[in-house]
Amino acid sequence: MQKRAVVTVVGKDKVGIIARVTSVLAEFNMNIHDISQTILQDYFTMMMIVDIAEQNHLEQLLKAFETIEDEMNLSISIQLEDVFQAMHRI
Amino acid sequence: MAIAHSEIQETIRMVELESLDIRTVTMGISLRNCADSDFEIVKKKVYQKITDYAGKLKPVAEQVEKEYGIPIINKRISITPIAEILGDATVEQAIELAHVLDKAAHQTGVDFIGGYSALVHKGMTNSDLTLLNAIPQALATTERVCSSVSIGSTRAGINMDAVRKLGEVIKETAELTKDNQSIGCAKFVAFCNPVEDNPFMAGAFHGSGEGEAVLSVGVSGPGVVLNALKRYPNADLGEVADVIKKTAFKITRAGELLGRVVAERLNVPFGIMDLSLAPTNAMNDSVAEILEEIGLESVGTHGTIAALALMNDAVKKGGAMASSYVGGLSGAFIPVSEDNGMIRGIEDGSLTLDKLEAMTCVCSVGLDMIALSGDAEPETLAGIIADEAAIGMINKKTTAVRIIPVIGKEEGEIVEFGGLLGRAPIIGVKPFSSEKMIKRGGRIPAPLQSLIN
Repeated sequence: MQKRAVVTVVGKDKVGIIARVTSVLAEFNMNIHDISQTILQDYFTMMMIVDIAEQNHLEQLLKAFETIEDEMNLSISIQLEDVFQAMHRI
Repeated sequence: MAIAHSEIQETIRMVELESLDIRTVTMGISLRNCADSDFEIVKKKVYQKITDYAGKLKPVAEQVEKEYGIPIINKRISITPIAEILGDATVEQAIELAHVLDKAAHQTGVDFIGGYSALVHKGMTNSDLTLLNAIPQALATTERVCSSVSIGSTRAGINMDAVRKLGEVIKETAELTKDNQSIGCAKFVAFCNPVEDNPFMAGAFHGSGEGEAVLSVGVSGPGVVLNALKRYPNADLGEVADVIKKTAFKITRAGELLGRVVAERLNVPFGIMDLSLAPTNAMNDSVAEILEEIGLESVGTHGTIAALALMNDAVKKGGAMASSYVGGLSGAFIPVSEDNGMIRGIEDGSLTLDKLEAMTCVCSVGLDMIALSGDAEPETLAGIIADEAAIGMINKKTTAVRIIPVIGKEEGEIVEFGGLLGRAPIIGVKPFSSEKMIKRGGRIPAPLQSLIN
């Protein structure tokens, strides 16, 4: 069975955010199912549904995201999709 | 169906800005097979069983919280009421067993272990009495052990001999921990109509109707409810109830999902979901502030009980639909020291002990984390417990008393307990004595279940 997670990226808009985040996902061999992005009053918001093929790398992935968060002053989170299904669907 | 952008944002906002969290995952463990005539063997078996079952509780819960992005604040253990396995042990041995429990809590990394308890709502066995005598010293010399005693129920009435004894137990615990703000009393609860599957401390224990091990979950979320209400400043009270209901639904669903995942990974059955709104000292994570958002200038003023009744019922309605197994205490908690709004209410003079008592008629659970002046007599403390137990007995609900007579402090002073326990203004007790009534002892008969006006 597929296991999907939601990645969200929020922060002040600048060049290269999508490139950095998606390259990390590619490094971890995670396929992107869906991606959407908006800019609201200079604030960049991106949401992606990704396939978590190998759960065991979650620690490293979180670390890699932390590096980007620090470097680009962003907030990145990754959560299994089930939690959104549970909260918003009966 | 795909999840919309706005829904994802809502969940993230709840976690990041509104203190949505799972307050506790609590593993209940039966210790009944640990009883033995040799007390050394009892101690060994208890330690072994707890560390075997709960050894992975903390790492597994932490992993789940990472994967789902919702914090799980506390990992806890509840156990069979210890009086049931004490047998002919002495008070000293019962205290030693508390140390074993404390060690097991440290070993497993949980923050509290509850169930240093006795159920004496009708009568007291020798081992119950041993446990009651051991409680002050046990609480004073351990860090993570929580204790509770059931002294009344709707079907049995109130055991006033036990109530009197608890007044003394609380006072002695306060004396023994007076160098530390009498903090021992914060780990002790007196119950009327206790539930067997409560995941919250200090009153958690693993009831006799439970299995070998079980995992129960307590959600939280006053902050989320408060923020939801802020978006509807002009809604009528029917709509207010609806907003609370919908919010409680979402919070509960998240809690149940995480609880089930933790239970599955630990290979124990999922027990219940406790729907209680439990406040913390974090900004805006306050039940009192929800009541104020509904429209009270300060919590405790006229209208407080109506607002609380509305909120408590709406939380239950939303939660009951969201979870297959609702249990525990499931209502709003109104601990004073852990709720910034309640603290402010007392400091401003709008909230009093009497009003808090009245509030417990319409919400779980009872007088919780209330700091009293240190000179309160044991009989006065027993009187407070008896009043609260009577409310529970007559209204067929759980009520509890967790009061801290802070030795050396007087009304109006502030006491800092630190951490999750927060801080509290000292409340004075009435100067009139309850001694004669308490000293009469005996049992208050079980109430009539009809003619209920």
